[in-house]
Amino acid sequence: MSILTDLLMMLLVLTNLRMLASSRVAVCIQNVAIQAVVLGAITFSLSAHAAIAAGVIVVAISTVAVKGLVLPWLLRRAMKGAGIGREIEPFVGYASSVLIGAVLLGLCFVIARPLRDTSHAGASMLIPVAMFTILTGLFIIISRRKALTQVLGYLTMENGVCVFGVSLAVEEPLLVEMGILLDVLVGVFVMGIVIHQINREFDHIDTDRLSVLKD
Amino acid sequence: MIILASIIHVVLALSLSPLLIGVINRVKAKFAGRRGRPLLQLYYDLWKLLHKGAVYSTTTTWVFRTGPLVGISAVLVAISLVPLGRVPALAAFDGDIILLAYVLGLMRFMTVLAALDTGSAFEGMGAGREVQFSLLAEPALLLGVGALSISTGDWSLSGIYGSLFADGLAAVAPTAVMVAASLLIILLAENSRIPVDDPNTHLELTMIHEVMVLDHGGVDLAFIQYAAALKLWVFCALFVGVALPLQMHWPLVDLAFGMAGVFIVAMVIGVIESTMARLRLLRVPQMLVVSAVLAMIAVLWALR
Amino acid sequence: MSPILLSAAVCFLLAGAVLCAMLSRAKAANAIGGIVAVVGAAVAIASAVHALQTGDETLQLPWSVPFGSFHISIDGLSAFFILAISAVCALGGVYGVSYLRHYKGKNLGASWFFFNLLFASMLMVVTAWNAVLFLAAWEVMSLSSFFLVTFEHERQEVRKAGWVYLISAHVGMACLLAMFILLGGQNQVMDFDQLALPPGVSAAAIFLLAVVGFGAKAGICPMHVWLPDAHPAAPSHVSAVMSGVMIKTGIYGILRTLTFLGSPASWPGWWGWTLLVAGAITGVVGILFALAQHDMKRVLAYSSIENVGVICLGLGLWMIGSAGGNTIIAALGLIGALLHVWNHAIFKSLMFLGAGAVVHATGTRNIEQLGGLLKPMKHTGVAFAIGSIAICGLPPFNGFVGEFLIYASAFGGIVGLGGSAPIACLLAIAALALIGGLAAVCFTRLFGIMFLGEPRSEVARHAHEAGVSMRVVLWILAGACVLVGLVGPLVAGVAALAAEDLLPSTGLDIGPSLGLLWRISGASAGLIVFAGAFWLLRRRLHAGRPIEKAGTWDCGYAEPTSRMQYTASSFSWPVIDMFRHVLRPTLTRQLPSGPFPGRAHLTSRTHDIFMRFFYVPLFAMAQRLGQSLRWVQHGRNQVYVLYIAVTLLALLLWKLGTEQ
Repeated sequence: MSILTDLLMMLLVLTNLRMLASSRVAVCIQNVAIQAVVLGAITFSLSAHAAIAAGVIVVAISTVAVKGLVLPWLLRRAMKGAGIGREIEPFVGYASSVLIGAVLLGLCFVIARPLRDTSHAGASMLIPVAMFTILTGLFIIISRRKALTQVLGYLTMENGVCVFGVSLAVEEPLLVEMGILLDVLVGVFVMGIVIHQINREFDHIDTDRLSVLKD
Repeated sequence: MIILASIIHVVLALSLSPLLIGVINRVKAKFAGRRGRPLLQLYYDLWKLLHKGAVYSTTTTWVFRTGPLVGISAVLVAISLVPLGRVPALAAFDGDIILLAYVLGLMRFMTVLAALDTGSAFEGMGAGREVQFSLLAEPALLLGVGALSISTGDWSLSGIYGSLFADGLAAVAPTAVMVAASLLIILLAENSRIPVDDPNTHLELTMIHEVMVLDHGGVDLAFIQYAAALKLWVFCALFVGVALPLQMHWPLVDLAFGMAGVFIVAMVIGVIESTMARLRLLRVPQMLVVSAVLAMIAVLWALR
Repeated sequence: MSPILLSAAVCFLLAGAVLCAMLSRAKAANAIGGIVAVVGAAVAIASAVHALQTGDETLQLPWSVPFGSFHISIDGLSAFFILAISAVCALGGVYGVSYLRHYKGKNLGASWFFFNLLFASMLMVVTAWNAVLFLAAWEVMSLSSFFLVTFEHERQEVRKAGWVYLISAHVGMACLLAMFILLGGQNQVMDFDQLALPPGVSAAAIFLLAVVGFGAKAGICPMHVWLPDAHPAAPSHVSAVMSGVMIKTGIYGILRTLTFLGSPASWPGWWGWTLLVAGAITGVVGILFALAQHDMKRVLAYSSIENVGVICLGLGLWMIGSAGGNTIIAALGLIGALLHVWNHAIFKSLMFLGAGAVVHATGTRNIEQLGGLLKPMKHTGVAFAIGSIAICGLPPFNGFVGEFLIYASAFGGIVGLGGSAPIACLLAIAALALIGGLAAVCFTRLFGIMFLGEPRSEVARHAHEAGVSMRVVLWILAGACVLVGLVGPLVAGVAALAAEDLLPSTGLDIGPSLGLLWRISGASAGLIVFAGAFWLLRRRLHAGRPIEKAGTWDCGYAEPTSRMQYTASSFSWPVIDMFRHVLRPTLTRQLPSGPFPGRAHLTSRTHDIFMRFFYVPLFAMAQRLGQSLRWVQHGRNQVYVLYIAVTLLALLLWKLGTEQ
């Protein structure tokens, strides 16, 4: 594996940790955008061994374009519309989140040890990093209050799934990938509208307070 | 030849470390648009302090007077244990990093006790923060070195640094980058630089190291300041060894590169101090946790 | 020869103990008790030294107890523990004579009876070569220490501490009984030289029973809850003996049990992981709770838990190294752990005895009321300072030597072992570093608040130095801290003798690895020489210049008082707050309010979470279950006889049923 891929993986891990550590929603949005760019770069750097298939370029570019540009723009709009700058009181504090993240990271490496050989040639870090990204996303969804942050968690998770896809085979998932991308795009659109509506209706977007609607 | 380089390193460290502080201050002055104090200011200060009498508080005991002595002795042992880039340390043996970390621990222990000996609330506060922050920095440092020792298969500092980049850059680059980042944070924290601590203000409540030595004066203060400069050198040398992937196999050339590296690090510290604000105290432990996590990532990458 | 000497020592101690008991409240009991301990220790040390020189020797006498025989033997491991036990008991005895003198009207004879009984039973525990004898000695050890803990039984918290200790000792004992029955029950042998894992019995079960059973004595988390109550309750010389050596018999027990389970190379890797993780948790939890306490002896008790954790880390590395087939790493871990057993015996008894001197002088164990004791108590203060540095594992004293070997084993394991072992080693390194950092917080706080600054209360202002014999004991222990720091390799050589039989392969030269320790000694000597040189330099520079005395620079306050000093609580609060999820401190406060605020106060308390959230609910549940059976007991003896008759009948029927 090239040193470039290695460093990109590391960057992905660091963005995940930054996601866990930061309270500002804007930083988290930026993070998701950076992750998308890194993801595109990883796709490129992995396929650099073989001849670059046209499909790979399409996937990479569309990933960067949609998840790196369109979605962050949408989310930023939603953020401004709802008027939230930061996650105030998460269920799990930021220092603890980072520590839990570190534990999760270690765990992913332990789990992924037996899987190493089955993955893409040489890219032994792909699987643990993908798992870590997915778990980070899940953890964000679980531990944060604001709907917007939860959407960001969902996007992080999706990024992790993408890394998984890359690790399994570089060329194949073109169609699947495009499908997921479309789903995500629509999903975020809907959520943006929903958040906007919830905010107008209730003056806040704390999801735990939505539990009064349970009946 | 190699041993000669090691000896020269120690001699240069002993003579040039106060200059390091001068460089940092000069960079900060340039950033602030000032002319700044002379590069050799710390030498003048030390000279003046060495020729002063002393005022000891009636509250204090022998502990207060022992603190600076133990501090400077400990850091002298440390300087003989630290390699400069590819130049091995004067005393290199398996596990020397443990001695290095613990000798610096002793220095801190006695400085803290000396601070508590004055009975001043300010110094007690500084002492409490010092021990709090260092307890996070120490595992990060040892984990980082552990990561390097996995990638090199060696567990003496000089051995690790000597063979770190021997097999080319690609194999160790990710580990080295992470360890370097972690070490930089530890360097800033252990040497009380911005964003952890501000070495310029003596009396603010956010102070850590400077407030602990508030009551020391004269010869004792000279010892403390010199020891602080040497400690900065120790950490700069540790950092340079990971961050500077150059190996010439000519000890004296390696030495020259290492020296250049140390002064570049000093300039970097100056830039960091000029461009960053001091973190809120509650944030400092988080930053140190980050450095430990970075070291852990380095370990995971090295274990691969 | 050496077992006979040791039996002589034990018999002498028992006889002396009985004599003390008979003297009861007479004044002579106090002095005689101490003398008996010292003479007994001298004989026991002679036997251990002899055994180390000549090798293993055995003494076997018949004993009418089923499966029992009076079978004692002294090998390297036993001798190693005998030396620690005897030295600490002798020093504790000397100290105890002057410490107990001011307990007028108490039955000191009884106290010395139990002290010497405890000493004798510990000697028997580490030399018994028969399971029945071992368990008998173990039980006597538990009971005699229980009676020592409850010396001041008129105080309620002492009685409570005693009960917690008694219960935990017997839960441990139950595990040990089960373990020995599993080991020897099938072949009907209980002699250690014939004990081996019988077919059909899981070695893992034996190992876990040993870790739980012996761990309850050693204080491995979460079986540690008795320590922080029992140590403050006991008189200081007893705390020193209990914490310095008695809890180490648990370590001895684990090591001895492991010798029954085949060669170290054949042990599964997870055993090492178990001990290592247990050690890491024990160490971190122990020192975290230590730095949140206000009672100095509670601080020391929790710190003992931490040190047992460090020892377990060493043992874990030993087992992982053995499983990986690397004798050097195994040896470094085991020798480091054993060395730490000695070192901890030295500095922990030093600290407890120093704390005893402070309690003696001020009458309080609350460090928030102390301060500035270094001036009236110069000797105690110096000894306590040396102990504090040593206990943090800092050079140039003895604590560093043991910890260095454990670190060395871990670093060696990173480089030299495959599989998951490097992860374990890194875990050990991180845990040791964290423990070291926390220990520095804990002991700068303890020493700084107790001895430095200005007195915080009247009692601290009127403190006085301890008596001569107490000071002598403190100086001997402090001297040992310095000496072991300087000649570490020689002491490690003794530990290597003890470790010989427990290594996966023999004949491998571990000399070069221990040779690393000479570098440490060199650095320690260098530190001392440098410090001396700088002291001389400063004296030269100060010559002829004004050296003045003034108040501490107080940043412009007009009327600084000693109450404005930093307190122990505020010193450690940032750390406690950082780990609040583990420590769960409780704050009671009354904050100042209004333009003319009245009295305000703030107290923080940190209770043991395992006690609060595990044992108390567990025992409450047991009690509820017990309640539901209360109808069985209603005080009519006719019905009790009926129970007996019914039981006998049932047993008879059952027996007949199985016969057919």
